[in-house]
Amino acid sequence: MAIRGRSRLSDVVSKHEAAILTDWIKEQLAAVKAADRIGEAELRTECARFLTLLKVALRSDGSHDVSSAAWSETRELLGELSRSRARAGYSPSETAAFVLSLKRPLFDRLRGEIGGDADALADEVWQTTLVLDRLALFTTELHQKSRDEIILRQQQDMLELSTPVVQLWESILALPLIGTLDSARTQVVMENLLQRIVETGASIAIIDITGVPTVDTLVAQHLLKTVAAARLMGADCIISGIRPQIAQTIVHLGVELSSVITKATLADAFVIALQRTGATIGRATKA
Amino acid sequence: MPDDETLPVRSSNDIVVVRQVVRMRAVEIGFNLVEQTKIVTAASELARNTIDHGGGGSARLQSLRNGGRAGLRLTFEDKGPGIPDIELALKDGYTTGGGLGLGLSGARRLSNEFEIQSRPGEGTRVTITRWK
Repeated sequence: MAIRGRSRLSDVVSKHEAAILTDWIKEQLAAVKAADRIGEAELRTECARFLTLLKVALRSDGSHDVSSAAWSETRELLGELSRSRARAGYSPSETAAFVLSLKRPLFDRLRGEIGGDADALADEVWQTTLVLDRLALFTTELHQKSRDEIILRQQQDMLELSTPVVQLWESILALPLIGTLDSARTQVVMENLLQRIVETGASIAIIDITGVPTVDTLVAQHLLKTVAAARLMGADCIISGIRPQIAQTIVHLGVELSSVITKATLADAFVIALQRTGATIGRATKA
Repeated sequence: MPDDETLPVRSSNDIVVVRQVVRMRAVEIGFNLVEQTKIVTAASELARNTIDHGGGGSARLQSLRNGGRAGLRLTFEDKGPGIPDIELALKDGYTTGGGLGLGLSGARRLSNEFEIQSRPGEGTRVTITRWK
Protein backbone atom coordinates (compact mmCIF):
# COMPACT_ATOMS: atom_id res chain seq x y z
CA MET A 1 0.00 0.00 0.00
CA ALA A 2 1.19 3.49 -0.76
CA ILE A 3 2.59 5.27 2.21
CA ARG A 4 2.72 9.00 2.37
CA GLY A 5 5.88 10.69 3.44
CA ARG A 6 4.31 12.10 6.52
CA SER A 7 1.25 10.79 8.27
CA ARG A 8 -1.46 12.87 9.83
CA LEU A 9 -1.19 10.68 12.87
CA SER A 10 2.01 12.35 13.96
CA ASP A 11 0.34 15.80 13.76
CA VAL A 12 -2.69 14.56 15.65
CA VAL A 13 -0.57 13.09 18.42
CA SER A 14 1.42 16.31 18.76
CA LYS A 15 -1.66 18.49 18.78
CA HIS A 16 -3.74 16.49 21.26
CA GLU A 17 -1.05 14.83 23.36
CA ALA A 18 -2.47 15.79 26.75
CA ALA A 19 -6.04 14.79 25.89
CA ILE A 20 -4.94 11.47 24.37
CA LEU A 21 -2.92 10.73 27.47
CA THR A 22 -5.89 11.32 29.75
CA ASP A 23 -8.22 9.18 27.63
CA TRP A 24 -5.66 6.41 27.32
CA ILE A 25 -5.05 6.18 31.04
CA LYS A 26 -8.77 6.17 31.68
CA GLU A 27 -9.14 3.37 29.15
CA GLN A 28 -6.49 1.27 30.84
CA LEU A 29 -7.68 1.80 34.35
CA ALA A 30 -11.15 0.69 33.32
CA ALA A 31 -10.05 -2.35 31.32
CA VAL A 32 -7.12 -3.97 33.08
CA LYS A 33 -7.46 -2.89 36.68
CA ALA A 34 -3.83 -1.97 36.24
CA ALA A 35 -4.15 0.28 39.27
CA ASP A 36 -4.23 -2.85 41.43
CA ARG A 37 -0.70 -3.73 40.52
CA ILE A 38 1.04 -0.52 39.60
CA GLY A 39 0.03 2.84 40.90
CA GLU A 40 -1.84 5.29 38.70
CA ALA A 41 1.11 7.68 39.01
CA GLU A 42 3.50 5.07 37.64
CA LEU A 43 1.12 4.23 34.81
CA ARG A 44 0.85 7.93 33.98
CA THR A 45 4.65 8.26 33.78
CA GLU A 46 4.93 5.21 31.52
CA CYS A 47 2.14 6.39 29.24
CA ALA A 48 3.54 9.89 28.97
CA ARG A 49 6.99 8.55 28.11
CA PHE A 50 5.54 6.22 25.52
CA LEU A 51 3.49 8.98 23.86
CA THR A 52 6.51 11.26 23.68
CA LEU A 53 8.61 8.54 22.08
CA LEU A 54 5.79 7.57 19.72
CA LYS A 55 5.50 11.16 18.59
CA VAL A 56 9.22 11.41 17.88
CA ALA A 57 9.29 8.07 16.07
CA LEU A 58 6.26 8.90 13.92
CA ARG A 59 7.78 12.19 12.93
CA SER A 60 11.17 10.83 11.95
CA ASP A 61 9.98 7.65 10.26
CA GLY A 62 7.28 7.76 7.61
CA SER A 63 7.39 4.04 6.87
CA HIS A 64 6.00 2.99 10.25
CA ASP A 65 8.45 0.12 10.30
CA VAL A 66 8.72 -0.47 14.04
CA SER A 67 11.88 -2.56 13.67
CA SER A 68 13.81 0.39 12.21
CA ALA A 69 16.29 2.54 14.10
CA ALA A 70 13.82 5.41 14.52
CA TRP A 71 11.77 3.17 16.81
CA SER A 72 14.64 1.86 18.93
CA GLU A 73 13.82 4.01 21.97
CA THR A 74 10.16 3.04 21.79
CA ARG A 75 11.15 -0.60 21.63
CA GLU A 76 13.46 -0.14 24.58
CA LEU A 77 10.69 1.35 26.69
CA LEU A 78 8.27 -1.43 25.73
CA GLY A 79 10.95 -4.03 26.49
CA GLU A 80 11.46 -2.62 29.95
CA LEU A 81 7.74 -2.52 30.50
CA SER A 82 7.17 -6.10 29.28
CA ARG A 83 9.91 -7.46 31.48
CA SER A 84 8.71 -5.71 34.62
CA ARG A 85 5.13 -6.78 33.93
CA ALA A 86 6.11 -10.37 33.24
CA ARG A 87 7.87 -10.42 36.59
CA ALA A 88 4.86 -8.85 38.31
CA GLY A 89 2.69 -11.71 37.00
CA TYR A 90 0.80 -9.92 34.23
CA SER A 91 -0.63 -12.12 31.48
CA PRO A 92 0.57 -11.56 27.89
CA SER A 93 -2.77 -10.01 26.92
CA GLU A 94 -2.70 -7.63 29.87
CA THR A 95 0.77 -6.58 28.79
CA ALA A 96 -0.24 -6.11 25.15
CA ALA A 97 -3.30 -4.14 26.29
CA PHE A 98 -0.97 -1.32 27.28
CA VAL A 99 -0.39 -0.60 23.58
CA LEU A 100 -3.74 -1.77 22.22
CA SER A 101 -5.76 0.43 24.54
CA LEU A 102 -4.22 3.44 22.84
CA LYS A 103 -6.25 2.70 19.70
CA ARG A 104 -9.51 4.21 20.78
CA PRO A 105 -8.09 7.55 22.00
CA LEU A 106 -6.09 7.86 18.78
CA PHE A 107 -9.01 6.90 16.51
CA ASP A 108 -11.24 9.40 18.33
CA ARG A 109 -8.80 12.23 17.68
CA LEU A 110 -8.25 11.20 14.07
CA ARG A 111 -11.98 11.27 13.50
CA GLY A 112 -12.17 14.71 15.11
CA GLU A 113 -9.46 16.02 12.78
CA ILE A 114 -10.24 14.38 9.44
CA GLY A 115 -13.71 12.94 9.98
CA GLY A 116 -15.00 14.75 6.93
CA ASP A 117 -12.79 12.83 4.55
CA ALA A 118 -13.78 9.17 4.80
CA ASP A 119 -10.97 7.90 2.56
CA ALA A 120 -8.27 9.76 4.43
CA LEU A 121 -9.69 8.65 7.76
CA ALA A 122 -9.80 4.97 6.75
CA ASP A 123 -6.24 5.25 5.53
CA GLU A 124 -5.00 6.82 8.76
CA VAL A 125 -6.86 4.33 10.93
CA TRP A 126 -5.30 1.49 8.98
CA GLN A 127 -1.80 2.94 9.37
CA THR A 128 -2.33 3.49 13.07
CA THR A 129 -3.63 -0.03 13.55
CA LEU A 130 -0.60 -1.45 11.76
CA VAL A 131 1.83 0.40 13.99
CA LEU A 132 0.04 -0.36 17.24
CA ASP A 133 -0.49 -4.03 16.37
CA ARG A 134 3.18 -4.46 15.59
CA LEU A 135 4.16 -2.80 18.85
CA ALA A 136 1.67 -4.96 20.76
CA LEU A 137 3.04 -8.14 19.19
CA PHE A 138 6.49 -6.93 20.12
CA THR A 139 5.46 -6.62 23.79
CA THR A 140 3.89 -10.09 23.71
CA GLU A 141 7.06 -11.60 22.32
CA LEU A 142 9.20 -9.92 24.94
CA HIS A 143 6.77 -10.90 27.65
CA GLN A 144 7.07 -14.52 26.56
CA LYS A 145 10.85 -14.28 26.47
CA SER A 146 10.95 -12.85 29.98
CA ARG A 147 8.76 -15.67 31.25
CA ASP A 148 11.03 -18.22 29.63
CA GLU A 149 14.00 -16.60 31.34
CA ILE A 150 12.24 -16.77 34.69
CA ILE A 151 11.43 -20.45 34.17
CA LEU A 152 14.99 -21.24 33.15
CA ARG A 153 16.34 -19.50 36.23
CA GLN A 154 13.93 -21.40 38.47
CA GLN A 155 14.99 -24.68 36.89
CA GLN A 156 18.58 -23.85 37.66
CA ASP A 157 17.68 -22.96 41.24
CA MET A 158 15.99 -26.33 41.57
CA LEU A 159 19.09 -28.13 40.34
CA GLU A 160 21.02 -26.69 43.24
CA LEU A 161 18.27 -27.01 45.78
CA SER A 162 17.19 -30.54 45.37
CA THR A 163 20.42 -32.44 45.74
CA PRO A 164 21.72 -32.18 49.28
CA VAL A 165 24.20 -34.78 50.51
CA VAL A 166 23.85 -35.29 54.25
CA GLN A 167 26.16 -37.00 56.68
CA LEU A 168 24.32 -39.53 58.84
CA TRP A 169 27.24 -40.84 60.83
CA GLU A 170 30.98 -40.97 60.74
CA SER A 171 31.85 -42.09 57.21
CA ILE A 172 28.19 -42.64 56.23
CA LEU A 173 26.58 -40.28 53.72
CA ALA A 174 22.99 -40.17 52.53
CA LEU A 175 21.64 -38.71 49.30
CA PRO A 176 17.86 -38.38 49.39
CA LEU A 177 16.70 -37.98 45.80
CA ILE A 178 13.42 -36.26 45.05
CA GLY A 179 11.53 -35.78 41.79
CA THR A 180 12.49 -36.38 38.20
CA LEU A 181 16.00 -37.57 37.49
CA ASP A 182 16.64 -36.06 34.10
CA SER A 183 20.22 -36.08 32.95
CA ALA A 184 21.17 -32.49 33.83
CA ARG A 185 20.17 -32.99 37.44
CA THR A 186 21.67 -36.43 37.69
CA GLN A 187 24.99 -34.93 36.66
CA VAL A 188 24.80 -32.45 39.56
CA VAL A 189 23.76 -35.23 41.95
CA MET A 190 26.68 -37.38 40.93
CA GLU A 191 29.21 -34.58 41.25
CA ASN A 192 27.87 -33.53 44.66
CA LEU A 193 28.03 -37.05 45.99
CA LEU A 194 31.54 -37.74 44.72
CA GLN A 195 32.75 -34.40 46.05
CA ARG A 196 31.32 -35.10 49.50
CA ILE A 197 32.87 -38.57 49.53
CA VAL A 198 36.26 -36.94 49.03
CA GLU A 199 35.61 -34.27 51.65
CA THR A 200 34.34 -36.59 54.37
CA GLY A 201 36.30 -39.72 53.56
CA ALA A 202 33.04 -41.63 53.73
CA SER A 203 33.11 -45.36 53.07
CA ILE A 204 29.36 -45.84 52.55
CA ALA A 205 26.83 -43.72 50.70
CA ILE A 206 23.10 -44.39 50.88
CA ILE A 207 21.14 -43.24 47.83
CA ASP A 208 17.49 -42.99 48.81
CA ILE A 209 14.97 -42.99 45.95
CA THR A 210 11.77 -42.82 48.03
CA GLY A 211 11.00 -39.46 46.42
CA VAL A 212 11.55 -40.59 42.83
CA PRO A 213 8.14 -41.43 41.33
CA THR A 214 9.34 -43.26 38.23
CA VAL A 215 12.40 -45.46 37.91
CA ASP A 216 12.86 -46.25 34.24
CA THR A 217 15.93 -47.57 32.45
CA LEU A 218 17.53 -44.12 32.18
CA VAL A 219 17.16 -43.47 35.90
CA ALA A 220 18.48 -46.98 36.61
CA GLN A 221 21.44 -46.37 34.36
CA HIS A 222 22.24 -43.09 36.11
CA LEU A 223 22.06 -44.84 39.48
CA LEU A 224 24.34 -47.64 38.33
CA LYS A 225 26.86 -45.15 36.97
CA THR A 226 26.84 -43.18 40.23
CA VAL A 227 27.36 -46.39 42.20
CA ALA A 228 30.25 -47.42 39.92
CA ALA A 229 31.93 -44.01 40.20
CA ALA A 230 31.60 -44.01 44.01
CA ARG A 231 33.07 -47.49 44.11
CA LEU A 232 36.09 -46.32 42.13
CA MET A 233 36.63 -43.76 44.87
CA GLY A 234 36.51 -46.42 47.53
CA ALA A 235 32.95 -45.95 48.77
CA ASP A 236 30.18 -48.53 48.62
CA CYS A 237 26.63 -47.48 47.83
CA ILE A 238 23.33 -48.75 49.16
CA ILE A 239 20.16 -47.86 47.27
CA SER A 240 17.16 -47.52 49.55
CA GLY A 241 13.53 -46.56 49.12
CA ILE A 242 12.67 -49.35 46.69
CA ARG A 243 8.90 -49.59 47.05
CA PRO A 244 7.00 -52.73 45.98
CA GLN A 245 5.71 -51.17 42.74
CA ILE A 246 9.20 -49.96 41.83
CA ALA A 247 10.67 -53.40 42.56
CA GLN A 248 8.14 -55.10 40.27
CA THR A 249 8.69 -52.58 37.53
CA ILE A 250 12.47 -52.90 37.68
CA VAL A 251 12.15 -56.69 37.39
CA HIS A 252 9.88 -56.35 34.33
CA LEU A 253 12.24 -53.89 32.73
CA GLY A 254 15.01 -56.44 33.19
CA VAL A 255 17.36 -54.01 34.92
CA GLU A 256 20.11 -55.84 36.77
CA LEU A 257 20.58 -54.29 40.21
CA SER A 258 21.97 -57.39 41.91
CA SER A 259 25.47 -55.91 42.00
CA VAL A 260 24.16 -53.18 44.30
CA ILE A 261 22.92 -53.55 47.85
CA THR A 262 19.29 -52.42 47.92
CA LYS A 263 16.92 -51.91 50.82
CA ALA A 264 13.26 -51.02 51.17
CA THR A 265 13.77 -48.16 53.59
CA LEU A 266 16.45 -45.68 54.52
CA ALA A 267 16.35 -47.02 58.09
CA ASP A 268 17.23 -50.55 56.91
CA ALA A 269 20.04 -49.17 54.80
CA PHE A 270 21.38 -47.17 57.74
CA VAL A 271 21.53 -50.27 59.95
CA ILE A 272 23.50 -52.11 57.27
CA ALA A 273 25.82 -49.14 56.88
CA LEU A 274 26.46 -49.00 60.63
CA GLN A 275 27.28 -52.70 60.71
CA ARG A 276 29.65 -52.29 57.79
CA THR A 277 31.50 -49.52 59.53
CA GLY A 278 31.74 -51.50 62.76
CA ALA A 279 29.24 -49.48 64.77
CA THR A 280 26.32 -51.07 66.56
CA ILE A 281 23.07 -49.77 67.89
CA GLY A 282 21.62 -51.13 71.10
CA ARG A 283 19.37 -49.98 73.87
CA ALA A 284 21.18 -48.78 76.94
CA THR A 285 20.61 -51.25 79.77
CA LYS A 286 19.78 -49.84 83.15
CA ALA A 287 22.56 -50.16 85.64
CA MET B 1 -10.60 -35.06 30.84
CA PRO B 2 -11.18 -36.22 27.25
CA ASP B 3 -11.01 -39.95 26.54
CA ASP B 4 -8.67 -39.44 23.64
CA GLU B 5 -5.90 -36.87 23.54
CA THR B 6 -2.57 -36.38 21.81
CA LEU B 7 0.46 -34.81 23.43
CA PRO B 8 3.64 -33.56 21.76
CA VAL B 9 6.85 -35.47 22.49
CA ARG B 10 9.69 -33.19 21.46
CA SER B 11 11.83 -32.39 24.50
CA SER B 12 12.75 -34.06 27.75
CA ASN B 13 10.22 -31.81 29.49
CA ASP B 14 7.52 -33.39 27.32
CA ILE B 15 8.49 -36.79 28.75
CA VAL B 16 7.74 -35.48 32.22
CA VAL B 17 4.36 -34.19 31.05
CA VAL B 18 3.53 -37.51 29.35
CA ARG B 19 4.37 -39.38 32.54
CA GLN B 20 2.18 -37.07 34.61
CA VAL B 21 -0.81 -37.25 32.27
CA VAL B 22 -0.51 -41.05 31.93
CA ARG B 23 -0.45 -41.33 35.71
CA MET B 24 -3.54 -39.13 36.03
CA ARG B 25 -5.35 -41.26 33.46
CA ALA B 26 -4.31 -44.47 35.15
CA VAL B 27 -5.63 -43.22 38.48
CA GLU B 28 -8.88 -42.15 36.82
CA ILE B 29 -9.35 -45.60 35.29
CA GLY B 30 -8.78 -47.17 38.68
CA PHE B 31 -5.40 -48.85 38.16
CA ASN B 32 -3.72 -49.89 41.40
CA LEU B 33 -0.31 -48.52 42.34
CA VAL B 34 1.64 -51.33 40.67
CA GLU B 35 -0.36 -51.05 37.43
CA GLN B 36 0.04 -47.25 37.46
CA THR B 37 3.79 -47.52 37.94
CA LYS B 38 4.11 -50.08 35.14
CA ILE B 39 2.24 -48.09 32.52
CA VAL B 40 3.91 -44.82 33.54
CA THR B 41 7.34 -46.44 33.29
CA ALA B 42 6.52 -47.96 29.91
CA ALA B 43 5.32 -44.56 28.71
CA SER B 44 8.54 -42.99 29.92
CA GLU B 45 10.65 -45.50 27.96
CA LEU B 46 8.66 -45.12 24.75
CA ALA B 47 8.53 -41.34 24.96
CA ARG B 48 12.29 -41.21 25.37
CA ASN B 49 12.73 -43.53 22.37
CA THR B 50 10.46 -41.24 20.35
CA ILE B 51 12.83 -38.35 21.07
CA ASP B 52 16.20 -40.10 21.05
CA HIS B 53 15.63 -42.34 18.04
CA GLY B 54 12.67 -40.81 16.23
CA GLY B 55 13.69 -37.17 16.56
CA GLY B 56 10.42 -36.29 18.29
CA GLY B 57 6.80 -37.10 17.61
CA SER B 58 3.56 -37.49 19.48
CA ALA B 59 1.88 -39.57 22.15
CA ARG B 60 -1.79 -40.49 21.91
CA LEU B 61 -3.61 -41.51 25.07
CA GLN B 62 -6.91 -43.38 24.87
CA SER B 63 -9.02 -44.51 27.78
CA LEU B 64 -10.75 -47.75 26.78
CA ARG B 65 -13.94 -49.42 27.88
CA ASN B 66 -14.47 -52.88 26.56
CA GLY B 67 -17.48 -54.48 28.17
CA GLY B 68 -16.65 -54.61 31.85
CA ARG B 69 -12.95 -54.00 31.25
CA ALA B 70 -11.21 -50.66 31.46
CA GLY B 71 -7.81 -49.98 30.04
CA LEU B 72 -5.37 -47.44 28.75
CA ARG B 73 -3.86 -47.43 25.27
CA LEU B 74 -0.81 -45.37 24.41
CA THR B 75 0.44 -44.79 20.88
CA PHE B 76 3.85 -43.25 20.27
CA GLU B 77 4.52 -42.11 16.76
CA ASP B 78 7.47 -40.51 15.06
CA LYS B 79 8.61 -39.73 11.54
CA GLY B 80 12.20 -40.69 12.24
CA PRO B 81 14.55 -43.07 10.45
CA GLY B 82 12.59 -46.17 11.49
CA ILE B 83 13.91 -49.47 12.83
CA PRO B 84 15.61 -51.73 10.25
CA ASP B 85 15.45 -54.89 12.37
CA ILE B 86 12.60 -54.90 14.87
CA GLU B 87 13.49 -58.30 16.28
CA LEU B 88 16.99 -57.10 17.08
CA ALA B 89 15.65 -53.85 18.59
CA LEU B 90 13.46 -55.92 20.91
CA LYS B 91 16.38 -57.96 22.15
CA ASP B 92 17.40 -57.27 25.76
CA GLY B 93 20.60 -55.33 25.93
CA TYR B 94 20.67 -54.25 22.30
CA THR B 95 21.17 -50.51 22.08
CA THR B 96 22.18 -47.95 19.51
CA GLY B 97 21.89 -45.00 21.85
CA GLY B 98 24.24 -45.85 24.71
CA GLY B 99 21.45 -46.83 27.10
CA LEU B 100 20.87 -50.14 28.82
CA GLY B 101 19.05 -51.53 25.79
CA LEU B 102 16.03 -52.49 27.88
CA GLY B 103 13.58 -49.70 27.12
CA LEU B 104 11.64 -51.18 24.22
CA SER B 105 11.66 -54.78 25.46
CA GLY B 106 10.92 -53.57 28.99
CA ALA B 107 7.93 -51.55 27.78
CA ARG B 108 6.63 -54.72 26.09
CA ARG B 109 6.92 -56.69 29.32
CA LEU B 110 5.21 -53.90 31.28
CA SER B 111 2.08 -53.90 29.09
CA ASN B 112 -0.61 -56.42 28.19
CA GLU B 113 -0.65 -55.71 24.47
CA PHE B 114 2.24 -54.48 22.41
CA GLU B 115 2.39 -53.61 18.75
CA ILE B 116 5.19 -52.05 16.77
CA GLN B 117 5.17 -50.84 13.19
CA SER B 118 8.26 -49.41 11.62
CA ARG B 119 9.65 -48.86 8.18
CA PRO B 120 13.11 -47.58 7.45
CA GLY B 121 12.84 -43.97 6.35
CA GLU B 122 9.20 -43.59 7.30
CA GLY B 123 9.06 -43.64 11.06
CA THR B 124 7.91 -45.82 13.90
CA ARG B 125 4.65 -46.40 15.72
CA VAL B 126 4.50 -48.27 19.00
CA THR B 127 1.14 -49.04 20.63
CA ILE B 128 0.80 -50.49 24.11
CA THR B 129 -2.33 -51.33 26.04
CA ARG B 130 -2.72 -52.14 29.67
CA TRP B 131 -5.99 -53.54 31.03
CA LYS B 132 -7.18 -53.20 34.56
